[in-house]
Amino acid sequence: MIQVQDLTKRYGTTVAVSSVSFEVRKGEVLGFLGPNGAGKTTTMRVITGFLPPSSGKVTVAGHDVAEQPLEAKRHTGYLPENPPVYTDMRVAEYLAFAGRIKGVPRRELRNRVREVSEKCAIADVQRRQIGKLSKGYRQRVGLAQAMIHNPDVLVLDEPTAGLDPKQIIETREMIRSLAGQHTVVLSTHILPEVAKTCDRVVVINAGNVVAEGTPQELTERLQGFETVLVTAEGPEGEIKAKLERVEGVTLVDQRDIANGRVTFEVHADKQKDVRGDLARAVVESQWRLLELRTSGLSLEDIFLKLTTRDVSEEAPAN
Amino acid sequence: MRNVLALAGKELRAYFHSPIAYVVLTIYSALCGFFFYSFVATYVIQVFRMMEMGGGGPSPNINEWIIRTLLEGILTVVLLLLIPLITMRLFAEEKRSGTIELLLTSPLTDMQIIGGKFLGALGLYIILMILTFIYIALLFVYGNPSGLPLLANALGLLLFGAGLLALGMWISSLTKNQIIAAAISWGVFLLLFVLNWIESYSSSTLGRTLSYLSLTTHFDNFAKGVIDLKDVVYYLSVIVIGIFLTARSLEVLKGRP
Ligand SMILES: Nc1ncnc2c1ncn2[C@@H]1O[C@H](COP(=O)(O)OP(=O)(O)OP(=O)(O)O)[C@@H](O)[C@H]1O
Ligand SMILES: [Mg+2]
Repeated sequence: MIQVQDLTKRYGTTVAVSSVSFEVRKGEVLGFLGPNGAGKTTTMRVITGFLPPSSGKVTVAGHDVAEQPLEAKRHTGYLPENPPVYTDMRVAEYLAFAGRIKGVPRRELRNRVREVSEKCAIADVQRRQIGKLSKGYRQRVGLAQAMIHNPDVLVLDEPTAGLDPKQIIETREMIRSLAGQHTVVLSTHILPEVAKTCDRVVVINAGNVVAEGTPQELTERLQGFETVLVTAEGPEGEIKAKLERVEGVTLVDQRDIANGRVTFEVHADKQKDVRGDLARAVVESQWRLLELRTSGLSLEDIFLKLTTRDVSEEAPAN
Repeated sequence: MRNVLALAGKELRAYFHSPIAYVVLTIYSALCGFFFYSFVATYVIQVFRMMEMGGGGPSPNINEWIIRTLLEGILTVVLLLLIPLITMRLFAEEKRSGTIELLLTSPLTDMQIIGGKFLGALGLYIILMILTFIYIALLFVYGNPSGLPLLANALGLLLFGAGLLALGMWISSLTKNQIIAAAISWGVFLLLFVLNWIESYSSSTLGRTLSYLSLTTHFDNFAKGVIDLKDVVYYLSVIVIGIFLTARSLEVLKGRP
């Protein structure tokens, strides 16, 4: 649905995005992950036709964004980093305006406004002035605007930025529900977001794609081992020695100790589920097992690994 | 065309959502009213004076004495002052608030965006023009000005205003700051207004050409109630140049060379 080939974008002499290629398949939710200044917004601005590429080619729904901009734009809905709302307009008025400039037929306009308002949970603020809405509501009005013409492709730049945890969850669910009928690209630097909402991830750093795949693939490929966190009460040295003897364990790292409670980070072969054996090892020795879980931070580690590796590679060159 | 009108409607409504429309309309009707009252009073005194001198001749021409001076007064002071207030927000505000991203990623051509904005601003300007002609209509109640020259007056006022609006729109597209846009517009307009002074001290070709470019020179005929094709072409060119420069400025904004 979206094809980005060899995209390079320069601002004057600074290269914001360099030779980036990726593809988004129909109905898929693609996460665009990278630290600040990585080039996420720049890439999205090229996909949506706001900025022309310096070189390379981008097509949306088969239309080259540089050569057939109007066709490509008709198929694209865009939520920029800051919701592009007119603060002096009322919500319904704004959505109707967005619909009109995006070519929603007159007869359908009213229905479309109602539909996207319901989807984005802003039906109750239709008559409110946008400038007087909270950040979260404004963000949702921006999202509704992006969907008003029922585009095939939705490009969302940090759609959950500035929302409270409850709204973040609702927005993610909403995005998930769009998958299938719409093709979605969203950018974020929040990792759990990618794991929870995206089918596939493109990791970008300093203008280059550094990794690509499903969240799971990335975890496995780059990690090569499973991480389990074990918290127990007992003599730390002995526990550590015992855990190390469990079959499949490659490394035990003491992470934390407080009030006699020790937390270990256990690395193990990824083919083997060692959790049962770890639990037995602790309990058999009459220590109290307080917690045992696979590490939820794995993707974060990968992200840091990917993005810091690049920097350390660059550093000697400078 | 529908999306152009949608944009124009949005612009026009935005003036009334903000204080701008009310400020502009109030200042305009107050100044216009004062001008009108002054010129009518001068005219009446003139008529009395002629009667005292026992003249049985025709009373002085209303079109000449009131309407023409009123229009020239409106142009030089009022529009110079107020049009930058109308145009300053057109693009500067969209750039500042980021809503320009909505416009530029919607299926609109640059010309449609520019056309919509221009028509919206023109809408507010036409409301000002209607106010002017309400004053002028009063003259029909108490006197008998000739109606035909009024058409030329109206056309002149429309073209003149549209030219300034197009230039102001361009200046607004150069900055994110409305105040800066207004200030630059005042400077540029003032210069274009007084360019014809050159004529009085320089008769070189350059001097005459520059003076020809003055916005005020070309209004004389319209104010007298005469339509000259040269003047029409002049103002149309100003409009086209303003629109063209705005289009260039949008290209630059999008990073095109
Ligand atoms: N208009 C601009 N002019 C010059 N440089 C720019 C411009 N916009 C972005 N850049 C530069 O391009 C690079 C990429 O910026 P971009 O906004 O795409 O990053 P991002 O991944 O969206 O970051 P963030 O997570 O902070 O939103 C940065 O180094 C930035 O300084
Ligand atoms: Mg960004």
